[in-house]
Amino acid sequence: MCLAIPGKILNAQLDNGVRVGRVEFGGIVRSACLDFVPEALPGDYVMVHVGFAISRVDAAEAERTYKVLEEMGLLEAELATLRASETEGE
Amino acid sequence: MSIFSCALPLTTTETVLLGHGSGGKLSADLLRSIFLPALTNPVLERMDDQAVVEVAGIRVAFTTDSFVVNPLFFPGGDIGSLAVYGTVNDLVMGGARPLFLSAAFIIEEGLPLETLRRVVASMQSAAAAAGVQVVTGDTKVVEKGGADSLFINTSGLGVLRDGISLSADQARPGDSVIISGSIGDHGIAVMAQREGLEFETTISSDSAPLHTLVESMLSATTEIRCMRDPTRGGVSSTCNEIAARSGVGIELIERNLPVKEQVRGACEMLGLDPLYVANEGKLVAIVAPEVAQDLVCVMRGHPLGREAQIIGRVTGDNPGLVTLRSNIGTARIVDMLSGDQLPRIC
Amino acid sequence: MKYLDEYRDEHIVRALAARIHERVTRPWVLMEICGGQTHTIMRYGIDELLPKEVELVHGPGCPVCVTPVETVDKAIALALRSDTILVSYGDMLRVPGSEADLFRAKAAGGDVRLAYSPMEAVKIARANPGKKVVFLAIGFETTAPANAMAVYQAKREGLKNFFLLASHVLVPPAIRLLLTSPHNRVQGFIAPGHVCTVMGYREYERLSNDFHVPIVVGGFEPVDLLEAIRMLVTQLEAGEARVENEYVRSVSAEGNVAAQKIMLEVFTVTDQKWRGIGAIPMSGLKLSEAYAAFDADRVFGTDQISREEPKECISALVLQGLKKPFECSAFAVRCTPEHPLGAPMVSAEGACAAFYQYRRHSVAAHAGEPA
Repeated sequence: MCLAIPGKILNAQLDNGVRVGRVEFGGIVRSACLDFVPEALPGDYVMVHVGFAISRVDAAEAERTYKVLEEMGLLEAELATLRASETEGE
Repeated sequence: MSIFSCALPLTTTETVLLGHGSGGKLSADLLRSIFLPALTNPVLERMDDQAVVEVAGIRVAFTTDSFVVNPLFFPGGDIGSLAVYGTVNDLVMGGARPLFLSAAFIIEEGLPLETLRRVVASMQSAAAAAGVQVVTGDTKVVEKGGADSLFINTSGLGVLRDGISLSADQARPGDSVIISGSIGDHGIAVMAQREGLEFETTISSDSAPLHTLVESMLSATTEIRCMRDPTRGGVSSTCNEIAARSGVGIELIERNLPVKEQVRGACEMLGLDPLYVANEGKLVAIVAPEVAQDLVCVMRGHPLGREAQIIGRVTGDNPGLVTLRSNIGTARIVDMLSGDQLPRIC
Repeated sequence: MKYLDEYRDEHIVRALAARIHERVTRPWVLMEICGGQTHTIMRYGIDELLPKEVELVHGPGCPVCVTPVETVDKAIALALRSDTILVSYGDMLRVPGSEADLFRAKAAGGDVRLAYSPMEAVKIARANPGKKVVFLAIGFETTAPANAMAVYQAKREGLKNFFLLASHVLVPPAIRLLLTSPHNRVQGFIAPGHVCTVMGYREYERLSNDFHVPIVVGGFEPVDLLEAIRMLVTQLEAGEARVENEYVRSVSAEGNVAAQKIMLEVFTVTDQKWRGIGAIPMSGLKLSEAYAAFDADRVFGTDQISREEPKECISALVLQGLKKPFECSAFAVRCTPEHPLGAPMVSAEGACAAFYQYRRHSVAAHAGEPA
């Protein structure tokens, strides 16, 4: 049900009537069926589950929501550094 | 016959399962319940990678291992080189100088002679690289279906240096845990070839003889408590065994574990944890904390230790348990695997 | 790895945890529905980062755990046939049936093979025309389209030796059952991100409206889960009850239309038994009439195999989030990953196995050691 990971489409072609892409996950490459994501092109990221791309990663949406989280994280990192230097000074 | 229900006693297995050979809990079960009770003696009870016995005043290390890998040939090695290096490494982990091997073959009827030639040629190169000689052997042929193409057993003899005492029961709180390099390479390289799982990767097995690396380590310091090569069951099994034998806890730091990018990619895709994936050319060393950093530098000067890293420490807390401090700062237990780690879809 | 690593960022995780602590004023009971989410929570110790007021219960989102006993028995029966190759996802190999599991069937001489993808099973069928190849097709809506494609492709190629032993489960009917139960304590749900990637979240909007519960569609990484929990807690504290989507990078309201289309073509909705829970109407998928020739049940007569679910088994209560694994008297004593009594102990993200592997010794998170 759950294990799907993001991978980058390197290329795509038809294989026995099925649109198949070579998808890269952190340096390894495996083929995945792209029939569920007809809009996905080489260079796009897709979520792959059991050898099937089930969605194209919405890069714009991801970036938009991640920016907020990232800022939260940077702030927390600064606070952590402050806390650490305070305890050192004690 | 029993129907599954929590209220009934569990069904114990009456036959040997694949999981019994995986290096995890089931394997330990088999040892505890069948082999040890029958064959018990003080040397066997130590359950180190090699047995140290005294013969005419000389301390001799003696070990045996069987190799059943499928496929027979994989990037970075084959069953032959694995059979030589695996046994050499078991001797070397105990601080012995490896000298002689035996090699016994169980061959499935129908195996092409060319395949056998390739395997044996590979064993010859491996033996030369490891500085050992194969001095005795045996061959048996079984009917088709009796063996998965080819099984090899190698036993090894080595001589212990004076003053060296390495054993899994010597880890003490405060000691450092060192790995000689990236983890999971061998298991992933082999898995990439397996029917049903195949994927493209440039990862090759790390199968290699560790005798010269260990030489340099033993020359650098006398404060090494024990060394083990994390083969089946991975770094997790090795650390769990040491923790159990020494009655200590081991805390690993996720951020410090060296994992090649492609190994991580494969593990993410298949839902595997690199801590449980087999290695064939790596060692875990437990050393006194004051020598750890210098020893890592010495190891990094050796071709097989370039990515050596301190990956954790031995603690007095949670004796017998291995824990991991995750990249997000929380802690969890790294339990001994029960059977083989399986790729998952969930 | 892009779209993975950044969602495991330690600082974002701590920031989110802090926000949740700030926001919470009362106890809340939340459920993450998907087994993969349970796995992340256990593996990263997410619940240790939450305020004590927030209680996480683990839902029935483990298709491996809820596969009926008889399906495993059928798979074993087929595997033991000399003319058959049984192909399965890894997770299913250790799940106990009424007497054995597929590993034992293999030990008994059955041709049992592991596949990462159902297309591998089709490949095996092509390569072994003299054998019958049966694929044990389990899963939630996430996996159903892939399983469907395998059969669709087999039919297109005219393969006569490929069959599906299908046992799919649909999430929303199970959640509805949970919510209608008088014992339900769950006040907010993290909906399964990959199921919703395929199906969208319209059905969850109906659930949210019908039962006045907040539901957030969540991803699978620590940042995803903490953000989803933050969103749920925010709604609960404000008395709101609607569907929100945390997993925007993969989920849209309508889901994946192409995947849904193939599911409808190949499968029809049917009543389904859930192991440990019982029968839930219209909560499963079976092969449609057009694909009857590929249906292992019909072709091999395995639909004759039927098993009674034991009524008192606690895995029902665990899977519904009503009891914790350690409240079972067999937990870690007679029921362990090496000798599992039931499915939630076998599958890696089954609540019992996850609890056992990561929690059994109740290690204090920071045990007085410097970070």
